Amino acid sequence: MRVEAAAFPPSRLGGDRPGNLTKGVGVSDHIVALTDSTFDETISGADKPVLVDFWAEWCGPCKMIAPVLEEIASENGGKLQIAKLNVDDNPNVAMRYNVMSIPTLLVFKPGESAQEARRLVGAKGKAQLLQELAEFVA
Amino acid sequence: MTKFREQAARFGADFVTADADRVDLASAPFGVWVDGTEYRGEALIISTGATARMLGLESEQRLLGHGVSTCATCDGFFFRGKRLAVVGGGDSAVEEATFLTKFATQVTLVHRRDELRASKIMAERAYANPKIDFRWNAVVDDVVGNGRVEAVRLRDTLTDEHSDLAVEGVFVAIGHDPNSALFRQQLDCDDAGYIVTGADSTSTSVEGVFAAGDVQDHVYRQAITAAGSGCMAAIEAEHWLAAQEPTARQ
Repeated sequence: MRVEAAAFPPSRLGGDRPGNLTKGVGVSDHIVALTDSTFDETISGADKPVLVDFWAEWCGPCKMIAPVLEEIASENGGKLQIAKLNVDDNPNVAMRYNVMSIPTLLVFKPGESAQEARRLVGAKGKAQLLQELAEFVA
Repeated sequence: MTKFREQAARFGADFVTADADRVDLASAPFGVWVDGTEYRGEALIISTGATARMLGLESEQRLLGHGVSTCATCDGFFFRGKRLAVVGGGDSAVEEATFLTKFATQVTLVHRRDELRASKIMAERAYANPKIDFRWNAVVDDVVGNGRVEAVRLRDTLTDEHSDLAVEGVFVAIGHDPNSALFRQQLDCDDAGYIVTGADSTSTSVEGVFAAGDVQDHVYRQAITAAGSGCMAAIEAEHWLAAQEPTARQ
């Protein structure tokens, strides 16, 4: 497949594509926000694996992977639920799972909140993430 | 960062969030391949950044995220009231050590030489900080711990003697490597692998190809200087495209 280079935008002022914004670290249509108080019920009530992204506002690499997770969420929403947990606001869950580095991604199988099924630490590209999550998105 | 991205999208940028695996810079339009998909552009800006260098130990990989870290700003928060080691002797090591004293009870800077490579003012600030102590002429041979960091095994480079330093976290700050492997055969790079750019410019050895940020800068390496050179690259690419237009339109 060959993709032509996009034409130079005709309008230098832009602003004509308001509906095409890429979602940031906040929560989107495909991603839910968890807190210390909602974490357990969400994991135990899930009907598919849940990937929890432990992040904070002051963490650059967390912001780098945010759009990647957004894409993975929108493309694999039927198989994998993606959730975010802000470690600043919700220190208890982070402590419980010994999260000592962010971004940390923990994947929980439905109902199994005692122990994560997979732990990924640090920012990774989309291809590598999908490879490491293969068993959950296949 | 999110707002920059949103602004670029508003101005018509398309994002492909993936790793490029091959490039063809022989002539414009330049080619970039991602998982078998070929993209072509009349101009190309490279901003692949640099990656933190690791110690290269098996135990370091095993304990990454369990006490081993390469980002003090990201992870310092998790080490409140703990003892830490910072490995390195340059500005970033000293800066990380100083930053980490906000959380840690004690920070030991482990450096393979007998003096800091960091700038004088940074070094003096670290020497004056009561929470920072130094282990000179020492390298980390192993990170000790099962499930979490318990100590670093140090080797004295003068005597070859080993000793364990009890810490709950290790921050590795021994420099960066530019992410330029993809381009080294096709662009001029310096001995350390940084893409060579023109004076006061982001131009590379190939006309129409520009490089911005840490992949071409081993001196400043700040978010704001990288963003600044990114802006320079955008303006230079725009000039280049404008100059090509008459022929490209035929």
